[in-house]
Amino acid sequence: MTPFDYHAPKTLRSAMRLVQAFGDDAKVLAGGHSLIPSMKLRLAAPSVVIDLSGVAGLKRVTAGNETISIGALATHYAVESHRLLPSKCSLLPETAAEIGDAQVRNRGTVGGSIAHADPAADWPATMLALDAQFDIAGPDGERAVAASDFFVDLFITDLQPGEILTQIRIAVPAECSGGAYVKMRQSASGFALAGVAAQVTLDDAGNCASVAVGVTGVAPAAYRAHAVEDALVGQGIDAVADAAAHATDGVEEFQEDHHASGDYRAHLARVFTQRALSQAIDRAA
Amino acid sequence: MKIEVTVNGEHQSYDVEPRMLLVHFLRDVVGLTGTHVGCETSLCGACSVMLNGDAVKSCTVLAVQANGAEITTIEGLAQNGELHPIQEGFWECHGLQCGFCTPGMIIAAHQLLERNPKPSEADIRRGIEGNLCRCTGYQHIVDAVQYASKKMTT
Ligand SMILES: Cc1cc2nc3c(=O)[nH]c(=O)nc-3n(C[C@H](O)[C@H](O)[C@H](O)COP(=O)(O)OP(=O)(O)OC[C@H]3O[C@@H](n4cnc5c(N)ncnc54)[C@H](O)[C@@H]3O)c2cc1C
Ligand code: FES
Ligand code: FES
Repeated sequence: MTPFDYHAPKTLRSAMRLVQAFGDDAKVLAGGHSLIPSMKLRLAAPSVVIDLSGVAGLKRVTAGNETISIGALATHYAVESHRLLPSKCSLLPETAAEIGDAQVRNRGTVGGSIAHADPAADWPATMLALDAQFDIAGPDGERAVAASDFFVDLFITDLQPGEILTQIRIAVPAECSGGAYVKMRQSASGFALAGVAAQVTLDDAGNCASVAVGVTGVAPAAYRAHAVEDALVGQGIDAVADAAAHATDGVEEFQEDHHASGDYRAHLARVFTQRALSQAIDRAA
Repeated sequence: MKIEVTVNGEHQSYDVEPRMLLVHFLRDVVGLTGTHVGCETSLCGACSVMLNGDAVKSCTVLAVQANGAEITTIEGLAQNGELHPIQEGFWECHGLQCGFCTPGMIIAAHQLLERNPKPSEADIRRGIEGNLCRCTGYQHIVDAVQYASKKMTT
């Protein structure tokens, strides 16, 4: 690691001031489980590190009647172990439990994973499937961005220089809703070779009133599988297999490395879409 | 930069470079070499320590991030010369061969048993999935954790 100055602000205001003051020379640090490995490899070499972990109020996870709020600095374990989330929105703890290992989940944060936008990260798929809103603090105040507008490309998001992700908001799913996350783990790290998050709401007849599918690990950025959703709305579980065949429609470039070829990832995306949707519908019923 | 930490109950302050990893701080500055460095890439778990009650891979934490924290290393588990039940389990069940992974394994098991005092075999395997052992084949480690679980809950 190249040397750097370290700051540990206690309030969001002083964090924002530091971020503005140091500009491109600085990186904010959350759980450090992506940033520190990158700094060891000198893929990142900030001259200033601004540690957000002491900033008051950014770690809270609350599950109200209508909205679930996850502070950007909440750890994966805080979501995995939250007492109310299994009943309010089981897709969240189910996704958290799939990340890395116990030590990684104790340290890594939800906001850090979203801001980092690793193409194989788990949260992006689930945030897309839950239509999450991201609250972002910037030099000109606060703004909110929908997950579907946030993940742009490989490690590129809608976050602008000088901005800090502060909170993730998710509407509590309606009655008769269910979710599921299905992934294939890269066996050393646990990162997704492919991961599919599905969230459905059923109507009185047991057909899908709404369907949302997020896919990670397959393309440079996680995406919503709109073609799958369109094919399944108004239909029941019998239509899942045909709908899932559309899981990679519109994907122009596939992730490909020594762990898995693009073709294999595309295949996994279709199979896991079918599995995730079937489980989600089962749970909603 | 100046930091204050409590390591195995002992409160001290130190002057460290911001880029120093917690594992190097514990081994080279504090002098506690029970915590091992296996991979330094967050994968093997040999460097696991308890940081404010959470098991963490100390090769992926900066020492400055531990400012104000309480740390427990493998050296802090035995009390009054008596092995901790997990250590005793590793002894009784042959949970180690070369012993390189053992400090990290014991810390991971410690976290698991705190959160889930009576884990199933599957729970144990999942609890230690962030820790690699190249010798034992894991079965004796699982036995050791089961031994400790029994001892700690009866
Ligand atoms: C061994 C290992 C296994 C892993 N396995 C998985 C896995 O299976 N699935 C998975 O999804 N992830 C996995 N991860 C990644 C892990 O979840 C990381 O914790 C996560 O990707 C980043 O979160 P962090 O809090 O550690 O962020 P950091 O590393 O602190 O930061 C990451 C980046 O985001 C920026 N950033 C962080 N927080 C904010 C914020 N609030 N606002 C703006 N920018 C911010 C930082 O500047 C940095 O550029 C693994 C990591 C390791 C080391
Ligand atoms: S040395 Fe830290 S995980 Fe291997
Ligand atoms: S006992 Fe040798 S690595 Fe585990």
